Amino acid sequence: MNLRRLLLIAIPYLWLLGLFLVPFLIVLKISLSDTAVAIPPYTPTLDLSGGWASIKEFFGQLDFENFIWLTQDELYWRSYLSSLQIAAVSTFITLLVGYPVAYGMAQSPDEWRPTLMMLVILPFWTSFLIRVYAWIGILANEGFLNQFLLWTGIIDMPLQIMNTTTAVYIGIVYTYLPFMILPIYATLEKMDGALIEAAEDLGCSRLSAFWLVTLPLSRPGIIAGCFLVFIPVIGEFVIPSLLGGSRTLMIGKVLWEEFFSNRDWPVASAVAVVLLILLIVPIVLFQRNQQRQQEASQ
Amino acid sequence: MNRRLSWFNVTTLSLGFAFLYLPMLILIIYSFNASKLVTVWAGFSTQWYVSLMGNQQFLDAAWVTLRVAFFSSTLATVLGTMAAYVLVRAGRFPGRTLFSGMIYAPLVMPDVITGLSLLLLFIAINLDRGIFTIVLAHTTFSMCYVSVVVSSRLMTFDRSLEEAALDLGCTPFDAFRSVTLPIITPAVISGWLLAFTLSLDDLVIASFTAGPSSTTLPIRIFSSVRLGVSPEINALSTIMISIVAVGVVSASLVSKRAIIRQRQEELAGVRA
Repeated sequence: MNLRRLLLIAIPYLWLLGLFLVPFLIVLKISLSDTAVAIPPYTPTLDLSGGWASIKEFFGQLDFENFIWLTQDELYWRSYLSSLQIAAVSTFITLLVGYPVAYGMAQSPDEWRPTLMMLVILPFWTSFLIRVYAWIGILANEGFLNQFLLWTGIIDMPLQIMNTTTAVYIGIVYTYLPFMILPIYATLEKMDGALIEAAEDLGCSRLSAFWLVTLPLSRPGIIAGCFLVFIPVIGEFVIPSLLGGSRTLMIGKVLWEEFFSNRDWPVASAVAVVLLILLIVPIVLFQRNQQRQQEASQ
Repeated sequence: MNRRLSWFNVTTLSLGFAFLYLPMLILIIYSFNASKLVTVWAGFSTQWYVSLMGNQQFLDAAWVTLRVAFFSSTLATVLGTMAAYVLVRAGRFPGRTLFSGMIYAPLVMPDVITGLSLLLLFIAINLDRGIFTIVLAHTTFSMCYVSVVVSSRLMTFDRSLEEAALDLGCTPFDAFRSVTLPIITPAVISGWLLAFTLSLDDLVIASFTAGPSSTTLPIRIFSSVRLGVSPEINALSTIMISIVAVGVVSASLVSKRAIIRQRQEELAGVRA
């Protein structure tokens, strides 16, 4: 192996080992430690100067106490469950909103499509934080939406939407919509229009042609879009902390508060480890779906 | 498939894009509102832009953010391109599975976990937190995005071009520089832009890895937004949205012209 090849592999490899894998192992280690009033606020700390005996003692002091604590305090498991639920429901709503848009894009004349694509991608390049923030002015009690509804006479009392789980749903659907539209559009665009014509010639109504032909063929896009929304939403922090209230439990926010407000590093680390374990299943399923699609397209 | 849009498609498209763009539009309109109250329109004014320009905290934060984004995206582009080349071209080597795993994992990792783990690392090795640590953190996750963008380009391009260069006496490095690099340059540039935007945008990882003297713009925005809507933030958002809009629109115009030119060249090639 020549030196250049070695360097080419070694530099990014070592970077990722040092700044991705090792930090993880540290999280895992701290999650097994105990909280302490010290700097850093946990014990034990590894002291290599003591040789083999101190390493042995170090491992002897690690335990699963924090994980047991996570199962005992209902805040944690309820946050995990509610994160999963919020992610599942908002993924479904995003699909319901995103599919018709992707479908309309795929049906539109060729010369419109690049522009429509750009319009979907543009919000993705604008700051996530700002897009979430934009909804505060709309959803607040004296916000734009309530004023509009009061003005039309639909309601006579402002609706409390801000600081509720509904606001979180709206924020998620809004910010993650491009992630749903793009993969569905990609599969719909590749679809052969002759298939629909054939189905209609054979006596299908337009609706049943959609149901029997278009929808099944766009399945890979739907699956990809759903995972692209579902996976990041589980660990979401910005949306629940800006739009949600104290009653909206999401695990990303719990982790943040455990670390920054309670300064309980071992418990925050344990929360992170469990969150990661929770994410492994959807991530593996997503990888498989992507691989299958890649193989199918080759 | 060039048929006319049905009324159903027109409706869904208009509703969909209204949903995507109305909130930003409202934000932009109200940044020109004379009143401090967000919901009361009191006439056109640019006072919030003036007071934003006089707000040293925001200007400092913007400067920190731009520096972090520039250094991290440049570093991430170099590392990410190397990683992409390794993934697509280097063949087998020990630990390849771990390597590709580490490339793809950060893409789906929740920000809170990435931020927490990096902070714990920096504390464990006693590294003072500041701009440098944010750059390290941003480089690590955005290099993975760069390598995905670049490797998808590397996978689709005709390898025989590289082989021809090697047959004609190029060293592998020369072949990379004079054949591969020009072909993947558009992907490398879009990778850099992606890394730059990701870094500008990041709140969570920066909050974990920033020191007291290195507040980035998202951190500053987040802490003032928590107190509610402020017209200064509306003005700042409008500026940021306009920059992105101009960038994306001009990039898409450039790439449209590139595609047209490419088609013309292909046509010319077919005729010749």
